[in-house]
Amino acid sequence: MNTVSALAGVVIKELYRRKDFYVLFFLTAVITLVMGSVSFFHDAKIVRYVKEIALLLIWVSALVIAIGTTARQIPAERESRTIFPLLAKPVTRWQVILGKFAGCWLACGLALIVFYLFFGVVSGSREHHWPLLNFCQALWLQWVMLGVVVAFVLLGSVVFAAPSSNATISFIVVLGILVLGRYLNQVALQQPEPLCAVIYGLYFLIPHLEWFDVRDLIIYDQHLVGWVDCGLATLYAVLYMAVFLVGAWLVFRRKPLNL
Amino acid sequence: MEPIIETKNLRVEFRAQNSGQAKKVAVKDLNLSIRAGEVFGFLGPNGAGKTTTMNVLLGFVNATSGAAFLFGVDVREPIARQRIGYLPELTYYYKFLTAEELLRFYARIFGIPRAEADRRIDHLLKLVELESARKRPIKTYSKGMQQRVGLAQALINNPDLLILDEPTSGLDPLGRMKVREIIQRLKNEGKTVFFSSHELGEVETVCDRVAIIHQGELKVEGRVADLIEKYQANLEKIFLNIIGYEPQLSA
Repeated sequence: MNTVSALAGVVIKELYRRKDFYVLFFLTAVITLVMGSVSFFHDAKIVRYVKEIALLLIWVSALVIAIGTTARQIPAERESRTIFPLLAKPVTRWQVILGKFAGCWLACGLALIVFYLFFGVVSGSREHHWPLLNFCQALWLQWVMLGVVVAFVLLGSVVFAAPSSNATISFIVVLGILVLGRYLNQVALQQPEPLCAVIYGLYFLIPHLEWFDVRDLIIYDQHLVGWVDCGLATLYAVLYMAVFLVGAWLVFRRKPLNL
Repeated sequence: MEPIIETKNLRVEFRAQNSGQAKKVAVKDLNLSIRAGEVFGFLGPNGAGKTTTMNVLLGFVNATSGAAFLFGVDVREPIARQRIGYLPELTYYYKFLTAEELLRFYARIFGIPRAEADRRIDHLLKLVELESARKRPIKTYSKGMQQRVGLAQALINNPDLLILDEPTSGLDPLGRMKVREIIQRLKNEGKTVFFSSHELGEVETVCDRVAIIHQGELKVEGRVADLIEKYQANLEKIFLNIIGYEPQLSA
């Protein structure tokens, strides 16, 4: 556990010492504040649009942080050769995978807290009410979803040598799932066999990240998702995290390091 | 007494890059035995199999056949690396960390208690003369300073065995002298040091025994003084002769 937490600590230090997070937070803050300060068509409900844009920016920024931070972890260790002194210590490759995952996931969680605090202050100052539980639930589900993304990108980082190709592919896959994932079953029905079976198989195979997107509940002040459903969604995500992490370990344990 | 490092008929083969080519044999049936307290020089030209042998000892590469042991434990077991320190050639440590943070990170991996880690970090930074730069990010360090912080991380667990892969590579004469002094000091403390180097003068000065490897095969092994007496030449000339270059010497 010491090893995993030590590795995670280095990843978190890296996040707050690099400029990526600050740039994304600054951009989100500026866009949200500018949008919030403008009164379009004297619409009293303009705050909904501001909330929608702010939450979209938070989702995009969180994905950029999660994918960008995770994609470079293991390739950077190999490129700078720090993987050698690390694995020369009583550290297993499984611990490296787990430490990197924990660090990236926790770093994403910290970034999300900062983003949601900002969002809470902005939306609360306009609406004068603070649906804290809704915010907490949305933050939790988004963080759990990011866990699946981080584990998936980590698997990509041991498969692809270049972090840029891994980040690009991961981005396309994650955005594809978020935008199209829910429609795959409908698409499958319109296809002839065997394409229908393939697309249906894909529908059941992919992690449905869109299930964790509860932005509308905040934007339209709807009721919370049931906590049991929330727990089941968490279990569903944990299962995918485990599958991707074991996959990453299986690839990494056979990966030669000296080439 | 049980050897600190032992290899038995160690053989490492790599798959050919192209399908038509034969397998590349990096190490051929290597037998080595290094005892406690020895400073052992592992020599050979580039591509001779030195780093591959070290990579097997450190568990980075699996042997095709044969076996390797550290402190009598198979190198494939992570616990075999609990009592070793390793300095790789030309490593660029986490540039966003300071030297102090880097050493604390490695100390945590070894599960060293905080108070003891603090004491060791102070001692090591003093030893490698990086006390004044301990709070500076590593990205601001010169090459020599990076190599010295690498040496400090290799010593954080107070290892009984140090494996150094070309520790003076890329260092200026002053840097080399400092690394040599540190190796000498470790030798005086009774540590076992296994290192590869192309600086044969330096090897001659600090090593008790050497092995010369060429094209994956062990060519010669013995005490430095015995080899010098046998070949009537310095280590550099012996090395050149063994790998097939001039000058020819009478054995």
